[in-house]
Amino acid sequence: MSLNLNAYLGIEPDALKVYAQRSEVLAANLANADTPGYLARDIDFRAALAAAGSQGGALQQAPASAGDLTAASASASASASNVSTQQFLKYRVPLAPSLDGNTVDSQLEESKFAQNTVRFQAALTFLQSRFRELTTAIVGQ
Amino acid sequence: MALFNIFNIAGSGMSAESVRLNTVASNLANADSVSSSPGAAYKARYPVFQAIQASLMSPGVGADPTTQAADAAVQVRGIVQSTAPGSARYEPGNPLADAHGYVYSSNVNVVEQMADMISASRSYQDDAQVLETSKSLMLDTLKLAQG
Repeated sequence: MSLNLNAYLGIEPDALKVYAQRSEVLAANLANADTPGYLARDIDFRAALAAAGSQGGALQQAPASAGDLTAASASASASASNVSTQQFLKYRVPLAPSLDGNTVDSQLEESKFAQNTVRFQAALTFLQSRFRELTTAIVGQ
Repeated sequence: MALFNIFNIAGSGMSAESVRLNTVASNLANADSVSSSPGAAYKARYPVFQAIQASLMSPGVGADPTTQAADAAVQVRGIVQSTAPGSARYEPGNPLADAHGYVYSSNVNVVEQMADMISASRSYQDDAQVLETSKSLMLDTLKLAQG
């Protein structure tokens, strides 16, 4: 019996991908904080993560019989790694519109970025403990 | 990879803000420059920022945000000169004075430049912080399952 690593690691790898892409969007907002006419955007995290989970094998149960099913789950995880959060981008509703048409609120973007970072690190910590469990199982002490 | 792209995006923001700081420094340094004709007087310079992805610029109401890529770095499109009128001062003793004894000073508004400088340095700090955070996230990811 082989271990399905995707199923074992759970949702965290998908979450990491979405967090990484979200941090990219937030970094773009901050870089364009002074660009006239720039519209701030963010990722609809719930929808993005749900899509990432349903496309890959992360949220599905591991197949009962391994063997010939490993190829199928491998291709499913390959499509999951290519999952794009492009379709989940949304414009942020500005709290205080500015005269030059820019909708970036630096403080808001900074706090979202910090929040995203902490969540990224939390996901990393979960993954870390998963790997530690595996190591314990392999070493056996 | 998304995290690598942040280095480009935040880097573009930092270089754009440093151009802005450069223009502020140039404007402040020349705030008291005088000249013998209004046309030759120093004019305040301002950078024009533009998102590198042009489709992000004012797409209008109801535009679809999902049709644009997630990354949008910033670039300095060009430097414009202020068209605000400068002031003329009566200084007959000045070697640069014209036939009527007037010198023409720059149109730099020092208070506005100071505010611009603070805004630019805050934005630069934001970008530097983003860079620093992304770097530590990547290093954390590299260390995954190593200890």
